[in-house]
Amino acid sequence: MRDFTFKRDWIYGWLLLLPALVFLFAFTHIPAVTTFLNSFFSTPRGRRPAKFIGVDNYERMLGDPVFWKVLWNNLWYALGTIPVSVGLAIVMALWVNEKLTGRSFVRMAYFTPTVLPLIAVANIWMFFYTPGFGLVDQITGALFGWPASNYLGNPDTALNAIIVVTIWKEAGFFMIFYLAALQAIPVTLKEAAQIEGAGRWTIFWRITFPLLMPTTLFVCVNAVINSFRLVDHIFILTDGGPDNASALLLFYIYEVAFRFWETAYGATLTVALLVLLSLLAIGQFFFFDRKVHYK
Amino acid sequence: MTGTGFDLDRLLNTLAAWALALLWVLPLAYAVWTAFHPAAFEARFELLAPLTLDNFEKASNAAPFARYFLNTFLLVSLILAGQFFLCTLAAFAFARFEFPGRTFLFTLVLLQLLVMPDILMVENYQTMRLLNLVDTIPAIALPYIASGFGIFLLRQTFMTIPRELDEAARVEGASFLGVLWKVYIPLAKPTYLAYGLVSVSHHWNNFLWPLIVTNSVDTRPVTVGLSIFSAIDSGVEWSVINAATLMTSGPLLIAFLLFQRQFVQSFMRAGIK
Repeated sequence: MRDFTFKRDWIYGWLLLLPALVFLFAFTHIPAVTTFLNSFFSTPRGRRPAKFIGVDNYERMLGDPVFWKVLWNNLWYALGTIPVSVGLAIVMALWVNEKLTGRSFVRMAYFTPTVLPLIAVANIWMFFYTPGFGLVDQITGALFGWPASNYLGNPDTALNAIIVVTIWKEAGFFMIFYLAALQAIPVTLKEAAQIEGAGRWTIFWRITFPLLMPTTLFVCVNAVINSFRLVDHIFILTDGGPDNASALLLFYIYEVAFRFWETAYGATLTVALLVLLSLLAIGQFFFFDRKVHYK
Repeated sequence: MTGTGFDLDRLLNTLAAWALALLWVLPLAYAVWTAFHPAAFEARFELLAPLTLDNFEKASNAAPFARYFLNTFLLVSLILAGQFFLCTLAAFAFARFEFPGRTFLFTLVLLQLLVMPDILMVENYQTMRLLNLVDTIPAIALPYIASGFGIFLLRQTFMTIPRELDEAARVEGASFLGVLWKVYIPLAKPTYLAYGLVSVSHHWNNFLWPLIVTNSVDTRPVTVGLSIFSAIDSGVEWSVINAATLMTSGPLLIAFLLFQRQFVQSFMRAGIK
């Protein structure tokens, strides 16, 4: 009897999972595998089918200066966006969690960029950065007398200009997670520390910050994935230019696969991205607390 | 003594929080300013500058935004319906059934949190070509409807529901699907609301995959439409582009301002594991 219900549970379980798994496999797992396989073939063109070329694509990638350029850009983009937006998110959450005058306005201000499409955000900032005419130039001109500068058209500043936009968009999103975590911290802990004579600074570093660690891990994993995934604004702001100064890996994959139609090389670059993401994910779990996980 | 010190501290904090908040709304406020004023006031801030809706009219005449809106609306509805259906069934299986391969399959589901469909665009585009779905709205939606995030979120919620409720319904003769429908789904309503808001705002704003897989007015969502509209940089005034920008983000923005609390709570709920 017991055996029978067990078997029936199996069937029900599998049947319930079936529809989701079909889609999951069709658009995530199988493409991941075929991406890997296709990276060993040439790009089919017209009547010429794809043929096995071994690691040629990988050799090409390692010798491709643009690949190294976008990889380097991506690293810089991650280093520029993650610490600042996570730091800002913590500060924002601490402020909004307190009884602040006009708290709801402040919270709204921080969170609003999150609901805007990144494309719209890029349009808004585009005008900010317009040389001479844009608000950034007007402000720096009025305050410091700086001359008009083309932040997006200059290879030295294009990526940084994009980093600023990303931070603006992301910080409020991460704030929400910290806010949730802060509200879960018992007030008694803080009160006990205050009775012991601990100052706000000590309370933050000794109590609040350690208790926020699981949230920080979660937010950082998200931020790392986002630093590879968020490329929409590049299309509007710089289109990867000038001279690939602001192109990121995913943007380059798009260019290779859908502008130059070199799908096999695009697949090879995708493999590089997947390997990078997995290494980062594994690394982060070991770097932070091994006990913090998603279950 | 300590009292005044504390107040100063508090004052400084309030000021800093406000300064950052003003800095944060500045870009949006500026877009609103230019969109509602004639082009002459794009960079001139006068309190009594005349208000106008011309920019919105020009924008909607210059591109088929109504059609783009319809496409986006169909797209997010399709995705949401598919996600609710597939994720509910899968989450129920993971939360309440014992079967071989459960842990392994759950790991595969979680893997999607890392490897999102956007990253696999090269292969997914080939799949859509094989299925002859390129340039259709389902093609934009299909890769997202089995959402690892949704399955995970609903599973966590279902697991908190006491089994006694479940058994009570079964004693009354409900089938396992009946139990899902009458016990689990109603009790998970807040999670559905939270996930729904997160999903709609995510897919309303999504750009890269729709850009790749669509190439006509009849399928393009607003984000892609907007990017094409603002890419024609010659001749289109900034105030018109800003009007178009606000128009495309408008529905979400207004919904957010009206239901701010629910939005924030939804994102919080979706983030708590």
